[in-house]
Amino acid sequence: MSGRSTHHGPGAAGHEAHMDPTTAREAATLGIWTFLATEVLLFGGLFTAYVIFRIKYPQMFYEDHLELNRILGAVNTVVLICSSLTVALGIAAIRKGKVMLLRFYLFLTILLAATFLVIKYFEYMEDFSKGLYPSTDIFFSLYFMMTGLHAVHVTAGITALATMLVLAFRGRFSADYHTPVEVTGLYWHFVDLVWIYLLPLLYLVG
Amino acid sequence: MRETTGNGEQPQNGNASPRGYLEAKGIRAWAYTLDHKRIGVMYLYTTLFFFLAGGVFALLIRLKLMYPGQHIFTNQTYNVLFTMHGALMIFLFVIPAIPSGLGNFFIPLQIGARDVAFPRLNLMSYWIFVAGIVVILFSLGRPMDTGWTFYTPYSARTSADVTVLSFGIFLVGMSSILTGLNFLVTIHKLRAPGMTWHRMPLFIWSMYATSIIQVLATPVVGITFLLLAMERLFGVGFFDPTKGGDPILFQHFFWFYSHPVVYVMILPAMGIISEIIPAFSRKPIFGYKAIAYSSLAIAGFGFFVWGHHMFVTGMSATAAIIFSLLTYSVAIPTAIKVFNWLATMYRGSITFESPMLYALTFIFLFVVGGLTGMFLGALGADIHVHDTYFIVAHFHYTMVGGTVMGLLAGLHFWFPKMTGRMLSEKMAVPAWLLIFIGFNVTFFTQFILGFEGMPRRYAQYPAQFQALNIVSTVGSWILAAGILIMFANFVHGLFRGALAPPNPWNALSLEWQTGSPPATENFEEIPTVTDWPYGYAGRQT
Repeated sequence: MSGRSTHHGPGAAGHEAHMDPTTAREAATLGIWTFLATEVLLFGGLFTAYVIFRIKYPQMFYEDHLELNRILGAVNTVVLICSSLTVALGIAAIRKGKVMLLRFYLFLTILLAATFLVIKYFEYMEDFSKGLYPSTDIFFSLYFMMTGLHAVHVTAGITALATMLVLAFRGRFSADYHTPVEVTGLYWHFVDLVWIYLLPLLYLVG
Repeated sequence: MRETTGNGEQPQNGNASPRGYLEAKGIRAWAYTLDHKRIGVMYLYTTLFFFLAGGVFALLIRLKLMYPGQHIFTNQTYNVLFTMHGALMIFLFVIPAIPSGLGNFFIPLQIGARDVAFPRLNLMSYWIFVAGIVVILFSLGRPMDTGWTFYTPYSARTSADVTVLSFGIFLVGMSSILTGLNFLVTIHKLRAPGMTWHRMPLFIWSMYATSIIQVLATPVVGITFLLLAMERLFGVGFFDPTKGGDPILFQHFFWFYSHPVVYVMILPAMGIISEIIPAFSRKPIFGYKAIAYSSLAIAGFGFFVWGHHMFVTGMSATAAIIFSLLTYSVAIPTAIKVFNWLATMYRGSITFESPMLYALTFIFLFVVGGLTGMFLGALGADIHVHDTYFIVAHFHYTMVGGTVMGLLAGLHFWFPKMTGRMLSEKMAVPAWLLIFIGFNVTFFTQFILGFEGMPRRYAQYPAQFQALNIVSTVGSWILAAGILIMFANFVHGLFRGALAPPNPWNALSLEWQTGSPPATENFEEIPTVTDWPYGYAGRQT
């Protein structure tokens, strides 16, 4: 190619540190947003099915949703919103370099996430005892698939948060470097946001 | 203007050892590697293996179809064979081969980066792909007989192991998503200094468009296969009419992915052709921006045309007309590319080495595939030829004539760069000729068979179709002979080929400005780019 000069790029070989810190942070941010876009499409299939079948069977959706435990659903919503707050506080803490506070908030977030799953477990048990299964009808197919896929994401979120907690205890994060915490936080907000849509769609069919 | 000489006198920039990135030996040096080049090579070996496996299934299908009636194997075995041919070829070869194989190898090299943005994720994608393959092979205990499209309600009821296969394809899809994500970020963030968007090679543009589709369409097929598995496991009823579900919904979900994914198959091949045509015509590419943006247009339009697979499912006339119109709109960016390639060659100094032969074959066969696609996008004509061999011929002209020819063009073009050794033109040209003749004999006859009304997928057919079926089967043998010679050439080149200079084709993009094979870190110094990569014959942008 004509007229190409060269200058010194970032030093040595290797596939670990082939980006400068700024590029690495930007790349991670773009990466997680792209990943969240794929997640929207993954849930999008279920939301599309929801729209189609709700238009087709409005009566079934109304009658079936009365069977769900609205109180537990509401409590779980509060639990998840609190967990979004704690993870945001954790990120705010590490931005100021407060590692102890980050550990505390990560621990709290994991605790809240686990609480969500425990409550969800009792809710499912109640559903099963009433004879409500994924195969019962379209509404419960949707209910179990949507909340089930969401619960899988909560579990993945707990794994990611726990990894961050371990890394925080190993002293990996500082005010200068905490990209993985930010990325995990974004993922966790997404998981919460999905639930914010699921609650009215499944528990509050008007 | 500094034309590279390409005769090996150029210093091997960035190459401490003549074996470059291939220096480290042993299984661990491959299995745990974070080097995008090695990961790309592993993808190529894996996908080419399934190309051969799928090809063997195809030969068996053709053998069976030489004669109507039950012979050689049963109708059920035939169903398994054509399902495995389709599923293996689509999910384990045509979709991943160019993006994950050649894309992994050449995206960082072409944009002047040391690696992809997330090397660990890249390795993880490969091993998820392998895990998906293992799960898919596991399902062979009760092999699939549904066709590669998995249509409900049959796929929800057959005794074949659809559940396990669905999970396998879910994993393969996940690998595809993560690869696309990695490439998007790489192209956005890791371009060498001076490489603006309009100085990127067109292969990069096409891979960018491809990655968008991989990231946005694949999750939908993921959830679709998950729902299919859940229907079989827990009686979830979205696709089950007895529970108020709708089998047609499965088709909508399936084609919402599986139509855009045909552009995952073809766009990277188009990118390869856009590299080869100017290099072997010694002329700047004609219409650079038109080709670049037409890739994005194809990716965009591609999301809104899935209904043309379903014209006979009883969709409303309004929906059918809209889908038909949108389908035609895809022809515009596609034609833009073809005309620009032709204009690039016009009055060029064309030489006919094997990469160029495959590139020209791509244009010829892909135009046939594309134009017959117009028949199928037209509502009336589609209903006449729907589910006949006309469709089989059409998509083989695009998938084999298009994607596979693009892949072979790319493999012949980049073989010296990847291996450090040249292929033998004396073997490559006869192989190409046999592939070209064999392919046309096999599949052109199927256009005629389809138009005369021979339905696809059945193991049996009325005796009146036999003559052309024999022709088609003989064609498949010629094609197979060509492919065998080509692979023999690959193996010969790998071990005995003449040592390759850094730039055997005198091409201008960045991957040719480093050693053959490149060093692990790709470039000794990250280059600064001041021009586009198509300044052949001294013309600037």
